[in-house]
Amino acid sequence: MTLKVERAGPALSVQDGGREGLLGLGLSRGGAADRGAWLEGLALLGLPPGTASIEMAGVGGRFLVEAPVRIALTGAQMKATLDGAPLEWDAGHVATAGSVLDIGAAVSGVYGYLTVAGGIATEPELGGRGFHGIAGLGRPLRDGDHLPLASDPTPDAPPMRLSGRSRSAEPLRVMPGPQTASFPDEVRTAFEAATFTRSPRANRQGVRLDHDGAPFATGGQLTLVSDFIAEGDIQMTGDGAPYVLLADCQTMGGYPRIGTVLPADLPRIAQAGPGEALRFRFVTVDEATAAWESDETILGRLRRGLVPRVRDPREMSDLLSYDLVDRPPREVTGE
Amino acid sequence: MSDGPDLLPLGPDGLLLRFSDRLGDAPNRAAIAFRAAFDETAPEGVVETATSLTSVFVRFHPDRIARADVETAVRTTLDSRDWSDADLPAGRSLWTLPAAFGGAEGPDLEEAADLAGLTPEEAVRQICEVPLRVLALGFAPGQPYLGFLSETWNIPRRTEVTPRVPRGAVVVAVRQVIPFANAAPTGWRQVGRTAFRCHDPKADPAIPLRPGDEVRFRPAAPSDLARLETEPFGGATREALA
Repeated sequence: MTLKVERAGPALSVQDGGREGLLGLGLSRGGAADRGAWLEGLALLGLPPGTASIEMAGVGGRFLVEAPVRIALTGAQMKATLDGAPLEWDAGHVATAGSVLDIGAAVSGVYGYLTVAGGIATEPELGGRGFHGIAGLGRPLRDGDHLPLASDPTPDAPPMRLSGRSRSAEPLRVMPGPQTASFPDEVRTAFEAATFTRSPRANRQGVRLDHDGAPFATGGQLTLVSDFIAEGDIQMTGDGAPYVLLADCQTMGGYPRIGTVLPADLPRIAQAGPGEALRFRFVTVDEATAAWESDETILGRLRRGLVPRVRDPREMSDLLSYDLVDRPPREVTGE
Repeated sequence: MSDGPDLLPLGPDGLLLRFSDRLGDAPNRAAIAFRAAFDETAPEGVVETATSLTSVFVRFHPDRIARADVETAVRTTLDSRDWSDADLPAGRSLWTLPAAFGGAEGPDLEEAADLAGLTPEEAVRQICEVPLRVLALGFAPGQPYLGFLSETWNIPRRTEVTPRVPRGAVVVAVRQVIPFANAAPTGWRQVGRTAFRCHDPKADPAIPLRPGDEVRFRPAAPSDLARLETEPFGGATREALA
């Protein structure tokens, strides 16, 4: 069974949880730019961690469903229709054979996710299916691609939706890293006091942050030997602008890094809209480690928070085909 | 910053054991040797170790082991010997990589040789003379930083970046040599080109080199490169190091 990409937006790619354990061979983990939103898609469809989805940066695309399939839409909200009928975001849906799924431009945020049960089943390379541009792994999706799908483990599961997303406006949490102590106190204080916005110069490798104040001093640290980078590291480049490293970052870097954004807060940077204010506050290493959660833990929590998606009869073009009065529903009769 | 090993947090699920914040032979050897020893006794919950030029990274799952317990395990291995004179671990390989030097395949050879105070012929001879250690892999999957050439090769990077060198470009700077994994911009000087691929999805293993392996370049004719590209590992050969 396949999903056909009839028309691909400019930055559509298969993404999963990334490739772990290859840092010493020069490969960063990669995977979904908004890991939380990717996991939300898996939770909605009851799929296991590691399942590959379609990541859509800025704009979606047009997809032809070749056989009945369950889908979920999460992450940056985009205008979506199934055979012309609007689809609820942050929810699961059933697409019938031959239906056309249209996903337009993002209304808010950057990275949207289309998850298809039981997951995109392209051939893995180095233990993952995701496009990792700087590593030369995979490629963006193109018009006419046929994506193989794994079989749906629970094709009859009722459609669910996420129970309300709380949008935090709290400062993003940053933990100290190997070079934090080498920044003077006043630089760290100024960093916590500053308000940033996401620069248009942003991609899956990282996001440059703009602010109105003076550039941040890097001291005499630019001659440091290159060393390991962690996803979420905030590096101070030569011009004194912070650059936050995302999923497709390089494994090593020579710029000093003032700290590491916690994984739970990193999607807010990846998804920040133009002009959205971003602030940071330092937390201790112990707080950061205590806040760490495995994909399995996050997925379990998301699943417990799902609620049934009640279909709105006004959206039901096939209402007349339902036997609304006489017969008990199929789950009761067991047919 | 001190010269001794520092144990530092790197992300909520990682820590970095940094033998030095300056590049050198001793901290690189220490990192590679330490990692091999730590892997033998790593506690449950440690999920990945890796070496950079002078550091060891240890990643763990905080829901399976406390950071303090990982730190204790690292310190126990650290205190078990003097790592600055440790032997490199067993199981390493010596790779011989054919490469064409100078001319169209090495447009910056003369400039690099001049900066090193050598003739182009002598420069190629020195680059191919001794095995160079894989100090670390990075920048692109499987791409090695090879070192160290003699002190005369302590030549700086260019201030102007070359917009694009091809995959397989052999570049030099600061006593190191890199065969490029992919076409990329660089401030290093291209002295040659090899058919060896640092990451080849069709090869087994797809990423052939490991930190601590040794690489010796063998001069090849430019006209040989096309044929070498059809051979396994671009004509590179591998032998076990004792």
